[in-house]
Amino acid sequence: MSAAEGPVPPAGPAPSALLAPAVLRAERVTKEFGGLRAVDDVSVDLPEHSIVSLIGPNGAGKTTLFNMLTGLYRPTQGRIVLGDRDITRSRPDVITGYGVARTFQNIRLFGGMTAVENVMIGHHARMRAGLFGSIFRPPRVRREERATRERARELLAYVGLSRTVFDRLAAQLSYGDQRRVELARALAAEPSVLLLDEPTAGMNPRESAELTAFMRRLRDEKQLTILLIEHDMKVVMGVSERVTVLDHGRKIAEGEPAVVRTDPRVIEAYLGKQD
Amino acid sequence: MSAFLERLREWQAAAVERLPPWWNRALAGALIVVGIVLPFFFPADSGFMNGTIIAVAYAVMSLGLNIVVGFAGLLDLGYVAFFALGAYSLGWLGSGFFFKLHIHVLVSPVAGTLQGVHLNFVLILIAAALICAAAGTVIGLPTLRLRGDYIAIVTLAFGEIIATLAVNGQSIPVGGGMTLTAGNLGISAVDAPYFPGIGSFSLLNLRPWYWLIFGILLLVLFVNLRLRDSRLGRAWVALREDEVAAVSMGIPLVKTKLLAYSVGAAFGGMAGAFFGTYYTEVNASQFAFGFSIFILAMVIIGGIGSIWGALVGGLVLGYINNYLIPDVLNDLPSHFGLHFQLTQVEFGIFGLLLVIMMLLRPQGLVPERRRKLELTAKITAEDAQLAEAPTGEVTVILPPGEEQA
Repeated sequence: MSAAEGPVPPAGPAPSALLAPAVLRAERVTKEFGGLRAVDDVSVDLPEHSIVSLIGPNGAGKTTLFNMLTGLYRPTQGRIVLGDRDITRSRPDVITGYGVARTFQNIRLFGGMTAVENVMIGHHARMRAGLFGSIFRPPRVRREERATRERARELLAYVGLSRTVFDRLAAQLSYGDQRRVELARALAAEPSVLLLDEPTAGMNPRESAELTAFMRRLRDEKQLTILLIEHDMKVVMGVSERVTVLDHGRKIAEGEPAVVRTDPRVIEAYLGKQD
Repeated sequence: MSAFLERLREWQAAAVERLPPWWNRALAGALIVVGIVLPFFFPADSGFMNGTIIAVAYAVMSLGLNIVVGFAGLLDLGYVAFFALGAYSLGWLGSGFFFKLHIHVLVSPVAGTLQGVHLNFVLILIAAALICAAAGTVIGLPTLRLRGDYIAIVTLAFGEIIATLAVNGQSIPVGGGMTLTAGNLGISAVDAPYFPGIGSFSLLNLRPWYWLIFGILLLVLFVNLRLRDSRLGRAWVALREDEVAAVSMGIPLVKTKLLAYSVGAAFGGMAGAFFGTYYTEVNASQFAFGFSIFILAMVIIGGIGSIWGALVGGLVLGYINNYLIPDVLNDLPSHFGLHFQLTQVEFGIFGLLLVIMMLLRPQGLVPERRRKLELTAKITAEDAQLAEAPTGEVTVILPPGEEQA
């Protein structure tokens, strides 16, 4: 009976009526590593042009969920849908091509490449030059290379990197600049959904505030939908339309920031139980 | 001393800055001209010419392996397999070995009357490149899920498989009483390259051989340079530096890696075909494991990932191996009252060279910009990530068992 009715609707509270239809949706996904359930039956959806935050204590399964959304992990159960396309079993590079880009918690730039080259890599999936195009460089390929390079420079300027370090190797950049380059690299993939894994880690309050404003700008100017893993509550409360809380791999709360903040389960997860 | 070196470096930087922008092209042009006129300064059948030809052919192989090991960071210890396949391409398509067949395409009038398959050398070169590119894909497939040392083991085994196949191929029938290879007897009487208007090459005049392999070298260099600064070249470097980040940025892992293997293999095959005709036979005993290491040593001594490094490394080791040791320094030990010849200990010499290199100049003779930074500035992005990254972050790439390792 139930099989004929199609997939089970996602558990949890219904999305707020104010929010647009979901562009990226995780439906009851579970990820097991051996005996460990890193993510346990979690459903999340990202309404179009919204900023959703994913919070929870260390080891709650946030990054694991990210890795499933971007194809680095395959869910043990459940499915992931982008628009109306099932991407549960798609390869990470294919998912990037569909328009999902990410940054990493511990910055993963290509240290031996310049800032510009790093961003050009982000554009890889949007380029066409193949083996013979690369060797013979017909005008089409030359144009594409030039356009990609220019676009990379524009994006680096957009994220606020100083022009003087554009051609410096990524490994030689300051921490803050590395974060900027990583963001520009993700944007170069021309995503519709952007996943940011702790973008404010290691930033001082002023930088965090700037980034918060920048995320809103990104959403509006680049028509992006953003999923954010964040520990800084100020950022979370300031920027997100919706917050999902994970603990021990389970979703323990979901809703508007102000509501989630006062949820006793969330407080317990973060501060421990009061006896 | 170090202050002096510092001054030298400053002068060098200042000099480079004053050079006009077309300096690079002018230098390249001048080097090509020198390369073309070089044979006129030496006797046409001299040991030096012979050494030069082999050294240039080594440089072609070194440039091919550099794509796999240097650009894409896939440690390949079985590169000799492509030397073998290239040489056999020549043996199969440019000799009387398949004696039941009569196929002749653009060959010399003499070869045109012989039994067997006789194709023009250019066609054989293309065939060798294609055969090896296909073989490169085959060797690439099982290594896709592996990293580092494990890739080395698989490729090493592949090299051994091909070498063993070459030896035992004389017992593998391919129909009509013909066999796959001639084993240690060798496929001999292979065709010398022939071009209409020039005629057949002869070992009495080595100059045409030199120009032929020099032309192949220029072609391979051109492809290397173009690929380095391309979408594909960037993708290789990205995969080498951080596979997870690279695939997350939209780089298809399988396709990109296989392309590195097959392009590198194609160049090895071209050099192999050239060696086949230059040595006038294709013998299974030529394809020993040591040769893979020898080519790898060229890449390392030159500077991993550096095109000019691979070129210099190939030439230097080629000259040492084929000119300096056998022709110039061979009798050196006897001058000191020692009863051996230098050719008997050549691998010892190369080992020593490698050790000295690693101690004094680990980045190679002509280091690549990126590697140079890693080694000198002691900032390696990879190390930083190794320290930080949660283990087993990737399932798609690692086999399931390693997830939690």
